[in-house]
Amino acid sequence: MPGILVIAEPNEGGIAPVSFELIAAARQLSSEGAGNVTALIAGSEAEAQQLIAHGADAAIAATNPALKTGLGEAYLPAVQAAIESSGADIVLMGQTSLGRDLGPALAFANKTAVAMDCVALAIAGGRLRATRSAYGGNARAEVTWKAPLQVATVKAKSFDALEADSARSGSVSTSDAGADPKVKVLGVSKAESTGVRLEDAPVVVSGGRGLGDPSAFGMLEELTGLLHGATGASRAACDLGWYPPSQQVGLTGKTVSPDLYIAVAISGASQHMAGMAGSKNIVAINKDADANMVKVSKFAVVDDYKKVVPALIEEIKKLG
Amino acid sequence: MNIIVCVKQIPDPETPAASFKVDEAAKKVIPAQGIAPVVNPFDPQATEAALRLKDATGGGKVTVISLGADSARDAIKHALAMGADEGVLLSDPSFDGIDNFQTAVALSKAIEKVGEYDLILAGRSAADWDMGVVPAGLGQLLGIPVVTIAKAIESDGSSVKVERVLDDGFQSVEAPLPAVVSVSNEFGEPRYPQLRQIMLAAKKTVQVWSAADLGLGADETGEPNRWLPLEALYVPKVESNVEIIEGDTPEEKAHNLALKLRAAKLI
Repeated sequence: MPGILVIAEPNEGGIAPVSFELIAAARQLSSEGAGNVTALIAGSEAEAQQLIAHGADAAIAATNPALKTGLGEAYLPAVQAAIESSGADIVLMGQTSLGRDLGPALAFANKTAVAMDCVALAIAGGRLRATRSAYGGNARAEVTWKAPLQVATVKAKSFDALEADSARSGSVSTSDAGADPKVKVLGVSKAESTGVRLEDAPVVVSGGRGLGDPSAFGMLEELTGLLHGATGASRAACDLGWYPPSQQVGLTGKTVSPDLYIAVAISGASQHMAGMAGSKNIVAINKDADANMVKVSKFAVVDDYKKVVPALIEEIKKLG
Repeated sequence: MNIIVCVKQIPDPETPAASFKVDEAAKKVIPAQGIAPVVNPFDPQATEAALRLKDATGGGKVTVISLGADSARDAIKHALAMGADEGVLLSDPSFDGIDNFQTAVALSKAIEKVGEYDLILAGRSAADWDMGVVPAGLGQLLGIPVVTIAKAIESDGSSVKVERVLDDGFQSVEAPLPAVVSVSNEFGEPRYPQLRQIMLAAKKTVQVWSAADLGLGADETGEPNRWLPLEALYVPKVESNVEIIEGDTPEEKAHNLALKLRAAKLI
């Protein structure tokens, strides 16, 4: 009997939201014929019960203390045991710090491949078919698996979690499988926050090579200040020394998903898009109407930023 | 300490989106005209980490390995120009289009063939497929510890201490050697090769190993994407819902944009 195993994750004092999204994804696959949904969480039976309420048919509370390290190698024996006990041939986990390590380790230990950061999943011919983004979002790839075990990590917010229903029932079991990792954790620290961090800012104003002049960042900072946001830059602008590398948005810089992202004179190469494509609302200010950034934006002003940005600053001041 | 660095050559991620084309039938990216492939942007940081660790631990050898087409020599030469000692290109017609599992298997065989190593370094992921699977997979295949997404690495020659970047903070870990560590952009700027070093690197020979040299059988490579078949590759249709802000002057457009943003409660 095939089935789906979901690796849920704890977070501070609860269950990480991606866990419930994974269960929703698994429910969808189950409805397409992929079998029962079993969910595993490093935690208590009470937490396992919450996974049932969110849609799992069965849940496993994994109690081995090694899992508290959050390391893939600590989880591996627990997941292997859950695959064996549930008979699952599909394993889903989040594209998280854990999933990035556990996905490849689990796959390779079972002589199969792994698809990372999937945004859509379906059952075709009784087997999993996963869609993922590649080339910085320029391409979409659809993959299947040849070996029996199909391992995928799923991008956060790709699926909507189901409403919790405490009347739902399912079997809850415990497992103490786990291994003391060869890697020792010495300490954990939270990301420091001084001022508005680029990653947390509700508004980000970024400039690119198209500014043509490093002093233009002064204008962008004034706009940023009015909107209580943070100022970013494309890699091209940072490489030219126009803005600090710590403020780079993109593949090799920070990943941001603000409510409002204002891209000034940025064409929208995949290097940059990889860092900001998750923004809720994009505004492009660009001379080139055909620029990729214009196409993906909600609002675009096609004109010279040197005239548009100062005028926009005055208009926002007027609106108060 | 002896360090092996894995590097990859990829299409330039700064390629304008309009120049990015896919051959859907062949399920391959069509190289953009006039835009040369580049070293994966995370890989020079892995090379930089290797060079610093070699110096800090009083010597040893840095070997660079790349699996790819003949042009991937350029990625190896870049690492040699930065200061790496030796280069190996894994090249074989059967490597064309292989998947992440096959790539990790081929690299693990090459690492075993290089022999003595204390540490294996790689970029956190490659900016083409953006999977980030190979470093973690290498640890599994070689049976050695893995530490991913490092922003700082130090070593006394018998273990590594690594500051990892997590989703919401940092984790400090220690692993016995040999180990695999993947390096993130937070590590810091890699050195830029000087002209003299580039000329010296050009003279260094890069060894080429085929699938047969690695002892890889037909069940390990040969059929593209054996374990993760690529069923489709396409450029997603961007449903452009952009509203171009009207106006006769830049000032009028700015005025109208401000009104739109206020109406949408974005400012």
